[in-house]
Amino acid sequence: MEFFGSLLEQLSTAYDLLAAGWGVQLLWGIGWTLAVTTVSMVIGAVLGSLVAAAKLSHRGGLRFLGESYTTVFRGEPELLVIYLFYYGGTQVLTGMARSAGSIGSTDILNMPSFLGGVLAVGIISGAYQAEVFRGSFLAIHRGELEAARAYGMSTFLRFRLVIMPQVLRLAVPGLGNVWQLTIKDSALISVTGVAELMLTANKAARSTHHSLLFYTVAGILYLVMTSVSTPIFDKAERYTSRSFTRPK
Amino acid sequence: MSASLATAANAKPSLDTTAAISVKDMRKCFGDHEVLKGISLEAHKGDVISILGSSGSGKSTLLRCINLLETPDSGEVRVDGELIRMKQSRDGHQTPADIHQVERIRADLAMVFQSFNLWSHMTVLENLVAAPVHVLKRPRAECLEQAEALLKRVGIWERRNYYPPHMSGGQQQRAAIARALAMNPKVMLFDEPTSALDPELVGEVLRVMRSLAEEGRTMLVVTHEMGFARDVSSKVMFLHKGEVDSLGEPKEMFARPPTQQFKQFITNFNK
Repeated sequence: MEFFGSLLEQLSTAYDLLAAGWGVQLLWGIGWTLAVTTVSMVIGAVLGSLVAAAKLSHRGGLRFLGESYTTVFRGEPELLVIYLFYYGGTQVLTGMARSAGSIGSTDILNMPSFLGGVLAVGIISGAYQAEVFRGSFLAIHRGELEAARAYGMSTFLRFRLVIMPQVLRLAVPGLGNVWQLTIKDSALISVTGVAELMLTANKAARSTHHSLLFYTVAGILYLVMTSVSTPIFDKAERYTSRSFTRPK
Repeated sequence: MSASLATAANAKPSLDTTAAISVKDMRKCFGDHEVLKGISLEAHKGDVISILGSSGSGKSTLLRCINLLETPDSGEVRVDGELIRMKQSRDGHQTPADIHQVERIRADLAMVFQSFNLWSHMTVLENLVAAPVHVLKRPRAECLEQAEALLKRVGIWERRNYYPPHMSGGQQQRAAIARALAMNPKVMLFDEPTSALDPELVGEVLRVMRSLAEEGRTMLVVTHEMGFARDVSSKVMFLHKGEVDSLGEPKEMFARPPTQQFKQFITNFNK
């Protein structure tokens, strides 16, 4: 009985704390987390397709660059890459601004935290997306590419009409996976000061001393975000692979 | 189908003296293996040339070198008199001098593949209009109308909104032939069009090909269908180890095989 009494008390404290403004802050945190993840995914998609193209290239030099990219950014801890971009970026920006004389010799020009963060997470996401795109391209039936050549299509037309639609179809399941990884990586951006979910939960836990509560709530919210995305990607997969699965 | 009908169609006098396709001394190696050892070939308008040969004789490679899906090491290809210009690359191989010319000529040489190679993410109708609209830049409405007519002709109009993976091999190959026809090609290249089909589906594809031959289409057909070669084609070319072993009128060739190799080949086939 005493246990339930104390649980009720806990829940009412939780309600008070969330209602007192932390709830709204956490919702904002979700918004920023989704923003960071989406922008990072887009940066990653652009980089990933370029890197995949480089890795599939006939030129040894390009292949080497592509291989190096995926090896480095999949092989390094995400946190290190974020530090590198945020603090390293700050150092580079400060050095450039100082030598241009636009700031004083003791001033510091900070890397914008959102920009530094999404660049770092986007670059990591790009390394994983590159592998997804490369695998998808290799899974296209070679004969269909040959038919496109045999019917006089230029490189651009072949890409637009045959390669891209099929790569997208084949990439959907893999991209769903990368999306989940990227949501989780976005939590690491909290070190740069972007008020996404992780940072907000941290702040709330520290200033109210209710760590258990806020980390649990944040954990549930992350789980909601990652599990809601699964059926969305499933639906996308069913749509894009309709030519193979839908019996008419 | 009686042989006389086919002969009558093929006997049309050709007033055009320029060959629709002419290949001169074509050579191609894969590594150390010389697959084509200097092959020449001429197809005039309305010719249906069956290219026969055992596996590894170079017959598919010959066809693929004509539309430059493979780059020949040396030799000339002319389509309707126009030479496909080649240049020497730095590593000593030949490459096309002008890829736009190659693309334009490919559009005139519609190819039908052994494994159909329809674009699997497009419906049959979309497969038929993709290249005419985007490569030949013809109006979409006109292409759709022609596509529907072609699908009726090959007997799969009811399947126009199907995706290729939902159709049988025979239907896919007929769709692929319709896709080739939609280009209004000068020459049609068939690369073993019935080899991947179940035996009971071969007939429906051969019937369509026979009707194309009868309307005077220029066709190069790499095939193992002896009946088609003998009854429908105007010429038979037999390749052996990368060389033209024999070439001639089908009736004559099959009645009196001119070489020991060809005799052996058809005997093995009839076993």
